[in-house]
Amino acid sequence: MVTDNPDRLRYADVTPRSVYLSRRELMISGASGLAAAVAMPGRAGAAGLSAAASSFSTSEPQTRKQDATTYNNFYEFGTDKADPSRNSGSFKPTPWTLEIGGLVAKPVTLSLDDVMKAAALEERIYRLRCVEAWSMVIPWIGIPLSALLAKVEPLGSAKYVALETIVRPSEMPGQKGLFQPLPWPYVEGLRIDEARHPLTIMALGMYGEVLPNQNGAPMRLVVPWKYGFKSIKSIVKISFTEMPPPTSWNISAPREYGFYSNVNPEIDHPRWSQATERRIGEGSGLTAKRRPTLMFNGYAEQVASLYSGMDLKANY
Amino acid sequence: MARSTSNSTATSASGLVAALYRPLPSHVRPVVKALVYGLGVVPGFYALYLGLTDQLGADPVKTLERILGLWSLRFLVIGLAITPLRRFGGPNLVRYRRAIGLLAFFYAVAHVTVYVWLDQALMFEPIVKDIIKRPFITVGMLAFLILVPLAITSNNAMIKRVGGAVWQKLHKLVYVACAAAALHFTMLIKSWSFEPALYAALVVALLGWRAVDAFNKRRARGASSTF
Repeated sequence: MVTDNPDRLRYADVTPRSVYLSRRELMISGASGLAAAVAMPGRAGAAGLSAAASSFSTSEPQTRKQDATTYNNFYEFGTDKADPSRNSGSFKPTPWTLEIGGLVAKPVTLSLDDVMKAAALEERIYRLRCVEAWSMVIPWIGIPLSALLAKVEPLGSAKYVALETIVRPSEMPGQKGLFQPLPWPYVEGLRIDEARHPLTIMALGMYGEVLPNQNGAPMRLVVPWKYGFKSIKSIVKISFTEMPPPTSWNISAPREYGFYSNVNPEIDHPRWSQATERRIGEGSGLTAKRRPTLMFNGYAEQVASLYSGMDLKANY
Repeated sequence: MARSTSNSTATSASGLVAALYRPLPSHVRPVVKALVYGLGVVPGFYALYLGLTDQLGADPVKTLERILGLWSLRFLVIGLAITPLRRFGGPNLVRYRRAIGLLAFFYAVAHVTVYVWLDQALMFEPIVKDIIKRPFITVGMLAFLILVPLAITSNNAMIKRVGGAVWQKLHKLVYVACAAAALHFTMLIKSWSFEPALYAALVVALLGWRAVDAFNKRRARGASSTF
């Protein structure tokens, strides 16, 4: 479980693709013409994604792919952190359509291919901080969300962006049965300037491959300065709205989860302190140490200005 | 002939069931008790082994903490079930209740140790803050603190010293500990899920039965004294 080697898990080290990935026939060449693009195997490695490096990436040691793909929250597949990888095998991420509408001049419906080609694919190695006080460093592959939002010409009255996860109980066991942890669909939202911020991406892959089902295939949001639950998965719909859109965890427990949910070590969650976090895989096994949580998850330099003059205690 | 065969089968089957109810011979009892303790701690040491060999997943500290806490709650629930089991015609396992209770305490100590030492790295200030500010930790700590005097008095010498009646009263506190432990589990989960709901339901049922039973007994006593 040693992760002190920052060069670990480069594309060359990618482990053989699991069965569900091999079923997918995705050939992506979105990053053509980019100097730093990493070549991926052709037909045989159909699930590979090539992407350009980004200056937004951190050089911190990456979390093991094994950990990032087997330990996460995706309640549509169950509430245990091993449930998403265990129960997402029959989920079909292709074909896929993404609707972008609401307060816009020209709503669009995009295929996965359209999304892939909306901008050059970039690899963004980001810190991910879960509200449950654990964190990872994950090499995402995606496009700036702004590239998708630019396609629809938002109206002047639009101030927020609402996002929605797919509802498909037949393939998502957490969406059926007696104990449903949340109302479906899972919904999230951002202010327009947050959504257009260059750090905000629509991720299509991780660790050099297309997104595994359990991590939000085929497309998910990644907003690295907010708690993980803001980074909504398996998105089918984006709408521009005038009012702040409802968000799932805020509906479920308004005192615990605010609309902004920016990573902030000074504002505790009622059930646990946010001052420190455990970086998954750091240290070894049972001796993993806690580390201090950084304001805006360490992205203060890039995003603090979005909130200047705001009372972050009231707008948690 | 056929008749006598079926008769003897029935006899041996009912003999087996009857054996379950018969108190064990006194020389066998200590062996069974040792077995209960011995088997009882196995899940804990196995979890520790998995943790030390990096087989507890991505967040081994949290997972170990959860496993130990859950086993503590399980033994508390088993302990609560012993009296109703006997009253509803099941075997009388009351002789093993001390072992069950001490196992619950063993896991509670292990759970708290992992929290204080491995999870919080012995940082005193955040731990105190946690206990004061986080209701689920406050409730969990309450359950643990209640178990301490109960564990200390769980031996014959202490029963003698404290006196049977007082001891009985003192050990009724385990009901509060069980309720607090189940509540602790329910509160730490972000939303409704099956497992905490199951344990909460079991504890509510087992404590509810006692409340009803006590009420009925009091009424019966009241009735007999009037007439």
